[in-house]
Amino acid sequence: MARIIVVTSGKGGVGKTTTSAAIAMGLAKKGHKTAVIDFDVGLRNLDLILGCERRVVYDFINVINGEASLNQALIRDKNCNLLYILPASQTRDKDALTHEGVGKVLDELSKDFQYIVCDSPAGIEKGANLALYFADDAFVVTNPEISSVRDSDRMLGILSSKSRRAERNEEPIKEYLLLTRYDADRVKLGEMLSLEDVQEILSLELLGIIPESKSVLSASNAGIPVILDEKSEAGQAYADIVARYLGETLPHRFIDGKQGFLRRLFGGRK
Amino acid sequence: MLNTSPILEFKSSTFFSPILILYTNDMVAIEQMLHEKINLAPDFFKDSPLIIDLRELNKLNLDLDFAQIAQLLKRTGFFPVGIRGGNEQQNKQARALSLPIDTVRELGNPIIIGEAQKQESIQQPPAQPEVVIVKESVQPTAIPPVPAASVLVTQPIRSGQRIYSSGDLIILSQVSAGAEIMAEGNIHVYNTLRGRALAGVHGNTAARIFCFDLQAELVSIAGDYKTSEDLNKQTYNNPVQVYLQNHALIIKEIA
Repeated sequence: MARIIVVTSGKGGVGKTTTSAAIAMGLAKKGHKTAVIDFDVGLRNLDLILGCERRVVYDFINVINGEASLNQALIRDKNCNLLYILPASQTRDKDALTHEGVGKVLDELSKDFQYIVCDSPAGIEKGANLALYFADDAFVVTNPEISSVRDSDRMLGILSSKSRRAERNEEPIKEYLLLTRYDADRVKLGEMLSLEDVQEILSLELLGIIPESKSVLSASNAGIPVILDEKSEAGQAYADIVARYLGETLPHRFIDGKQGFLRRLFGGRK
Repeated sequence: MLNTSPILEFKSSTFFSPILILYTNDMVAIEQMLHEKINLAPDFFKDSPLIIDLRELNKLNLDLDFAQIAQLLKRTGFFPVGIRGGNEQQNKQARALSLPIDTVRELGNPIIIGEAQKQESIQQPPAQPEVVIVKESVQPTAIPPVPAASVLVTQPIRSGQRIYSSGDLIILSQVSAGAEIMAEGNIHVYNTLRGRALAGVHGNTAARIFCFDLQAELVSIAGDYKTSEDLNKQTYNNPVQVYLQNHALIIKEIA
């Protein structure tokens, strides 16, 4: 049986797709057969981030409608042969997703894969609800700003009440916090919420902090998940997250930011 | 005039009364069903005021003999005090029998535990209730004989969630901004309260709110409310209790 992970946030633009691509790649690199599904029907992006947009033939909706088999629609990643992508349909909308259809696809994938990563669309409508409904674990992607934190809080409410596990009275979905686009310098200046501020509101287990990094944008544009850029801080942060999720104990990094050259020289202000 | 003691006074007040929704005009069936219901909780229904809701009946185009139903209700121990959802002719008949006509107000469906089904605005505490004149002495005393059970919540209440308790509401974890907790009795939050808390929602002015850390968006007792803007800076971020005293909402630190 596969473990189903939903990557969700409520708010858009916080880094759900970047995170989905990175952790799916990370899990596969660690030797686990992983599928990543784009639930953002009509606004397909995951294929771009993973650099497989030119190999899309069939999509998630085709499989749901029985127009293609799962094997026809799954795209094997170029960089890692244990990672498969199920792209969203660009010509349809979220109404094309059905409860039974999604359930059937996930059941079928579960037989063959160890991890299934569901990249949720923004919002709290059908696409997002179906992406989280079958989940075992939830990665709540949050930016250190107040509107993102509130939307994450709302999402946590939905996770605890509208999932299959909640409906069946099973053990609740395990929820993890991923704080993305974190800029330690701006936190110090009081321009950004700190980790403590976010934790005070959400009180969730922190899986990792991904620092704001230029490498994320360049990796996205190149169609290579940022986790493969081992030199970048964001890449290392995602690698830490995957390791922690798989049970390793690693100290949290990137909370205090890097020491600038001048600050190191003169001892800094604090 | 030397005598300044008041002769009378008008006050506005709201009270709750059961509503009888009729789906048939068959008097025999109605009486039989009423007796069955009364037998389930005799004290609850004894001398209870009752408003007759005609909307379902009118949907079925069924006529109702008001004199007959009023007599039947009195015979079974109810006090019919009004009708609602009637058509013009029914309203006229009701007036002839001195039955006031209540306009239909949707009070929402507040008993939702967990995720709200509909994004409804809360029952905003009315600034001025619609014309409801109640002499204090005839205030109905239909109190259920068994005290309502309290609700205990141990998980965090997230933004957008609503919790309702027909008794007391006890919460051990935080209540997020954008969440709504309501109780007919008291509310206890042994953690940070950031959302909206409404105690005594059915008019219990003796209800109180207690919390460890007050950062609420709104606190309300029996319809009297304060928003976070009106909250005193001194009580903010402190353990407090909220209660009503002479129609004033008091927020006081728990020493």
